[in-house]
Amino acid sequence: MQNAIRVKGLQKSYRQLHVLKNVDFEVEKGNIFALLGTNGAGKTTIVKILTTLLKKDGGQVTVNGFDVASMPANVRQSISLTGQFAAVDEVLTGRENLVMIARLRHLSQPREVTDDLLQRFGLSDAADRRASTYSGGMRRRLDIAMSLIGNPQIIFLDEPTTGLDPEGRIEVWKIIKELAGSGTTVFLTTQYLEEAEQLASRIAILHEGEIIVSGTLAELKKLFPPAKVEYIEKQPTLEDIFLKIIGNKKEDK
Amino acid sequence: METIKMKNYFFIDMGVMLIRSMRHVFRSLDTIITVTIMPIAMMLLFVYVLGGAIKTGTDKYVNYLLPGILLVAIANSAGYVSYRLFLDKQRGIFERFHSMPIARSAPLWGHMLTSLVSNAISLVVIILVALLMGFRSSAGFLSWLAIAGILALFTLTLTWIAAIAGLSAKSVDGAGVIAYPIHFLPLISSAFVPTTSMPAGVKAFAEHQPVTPIVETIRALLYNQPVGNQIWVALAWCITIMFCAYLFAMRVYRKRL
Ligand SMILES: Nc1ncnc2c1ncn2[C@@H]1O[C@H](COP(=O)(O)OP(=O)(O)OP(=O)(O)O)[C@@H](O)[C@H]1O
Ligand SMILES: [Mg+2]
Repeated sequence: MQNAIRVKGLQKSYRQLHVLKNVDFEVEKGNIFALLGTNGAGKTTIVKILTTLLKKDGGQVTVNGFDVASMPANVRQSISLTGQFAAVDEVLTGRENLVMIARLRHLSQPREVTDDLLQRFGLSDAADRRASTYSGGMRRRLDIAMSLIGNPQIIFLDEPTTGLDPEGRIEVWKIIKELAGSGTTVFLTTQYLEEAEQLASRIAILHEGEIIVSGTLAELKKLFPPAKVEYIEKQPTLEDIFLKIIGNKKEDK
Repeated sequence: METIKMKNYFFIDMGVMLIRSMRHVFRSLDTIITVTIMPIAMMLLFVYVLGGAIKTGTDKYVNYLLPGILLVAIANSAGYVSYRLFLDKQRGIFERFHSMPIARSAPLWGHMLTSLVSNAISLVVIILVALLMGFRSSAGFLSWLAIAGILALFTLTLTWIAAIAGLSAKSVDGAGVIAYPIHFLPLISSAFVPTTSMPAGVKAFAEHQPVTPIVETIRALLYNQPVGNQIWVALAWCITIMFCAYLFAMRVYRKRL
């Protein structure tokens, strides 16, 4: 079976800054692939090259079997991108944003698709408010909802949960898991190890222009010596406590 | 196959882009004031306050003034085009569009089309107000068509210049700066007063800048006078500047995005 994404010997520089030196990885169809890396490692640069926004300097990149350099239109037909910073139109309402994308994807029933997504992302109540009045979390959810329109085969999410509260983060995780469950390939970048652990079937770590490790979580764990087992009470994490106090507040109003 | 399919959708996509930025225009009180209310206020001011003191050699000053007011309205809208383009670039909206299967230039052309449509609306409103103020024209259908064509050309010329500013700006303020020199062009021309009353240096500038021949052409067309050479000078100015600005803006668009 063909891989959804294949990257071989990818290179990219911004003037003298050699950001990507030799990047190799592959993503299987229907999997969630997490790319980890510190600030400035080049995660966004990789996402932009894979989504045809930026030209590579060298190497081979195919997305859904199409070469990004020679067949960008076919690549765009197969993908959708949620960039690092929410790209919603703030002057339009949430509904108008979604309808706009549905029309640009030439769907036959943009209104129905929009209503369905608003419902799914808990944005029905805010649907007719301008996106500029949305909270960061709502904006992010709208942003991701816009990317799901038209059921693209491969979805790119650049730090989808940065800036979200723990509850918002878990909601986004749920959405990502559902996507992968329905056969969509998900490529996500993150700075949170826990996020990769929760979601990804394969993880790669980008450091100084190369992928220094990649594999399943189990494989990565094998690379490091197991922690010594100690018998202590399991303390709830701050996140557990926070979520318990917040209780079952479900929808932003 | 692929390209044919995209060509078919180009106009549908442009329509979507048009609806989007027309919403931006209509939801911005600031834009409406600057491109419609302000030129109307200027027209009222010139006709009812200053008009009596200006000698133009025509019976009604509003008849003399209207072409200039129309150009002022178009010039005022240019800054907003840069502003909207800049925000689209900065907020990642262009990136979203560019990662979608739509023509790469559709978002930019969408802004151009919006500029044409929104200016057409504001010009019609201004002309209606002028009619209430006593403006009358003896122009026939073909003359009006020619006037519409020249105004559209002028709009596109300024809009492409504004596009360069918006696409290459590093800040919101930078994007808006282009508006100032453009605002001044109609003021230092024969739009409000005949150039004969100006001091020599200013007169030379006024007579050799693009707005004067455009104003003179529109005036001639409105009142059934011979357009003479002016129309060719006007067209040459507009087409040359527009073509250069277009090439340059497209280059910036391809490079930056
Ligand atoms: N257009 C550009 N011109 C010059 N340098 C750039 C440009 N874009 C990114 N860089 C540089 O390339 C490096 C990688 O940037 P990139 O945005 O890909 O990192 P990242 O891993 O996404 O970081 P973050 O976690 O902060 O989002 C950084 O050092 C950045 O400063
Ligand atoms: Mg980044």
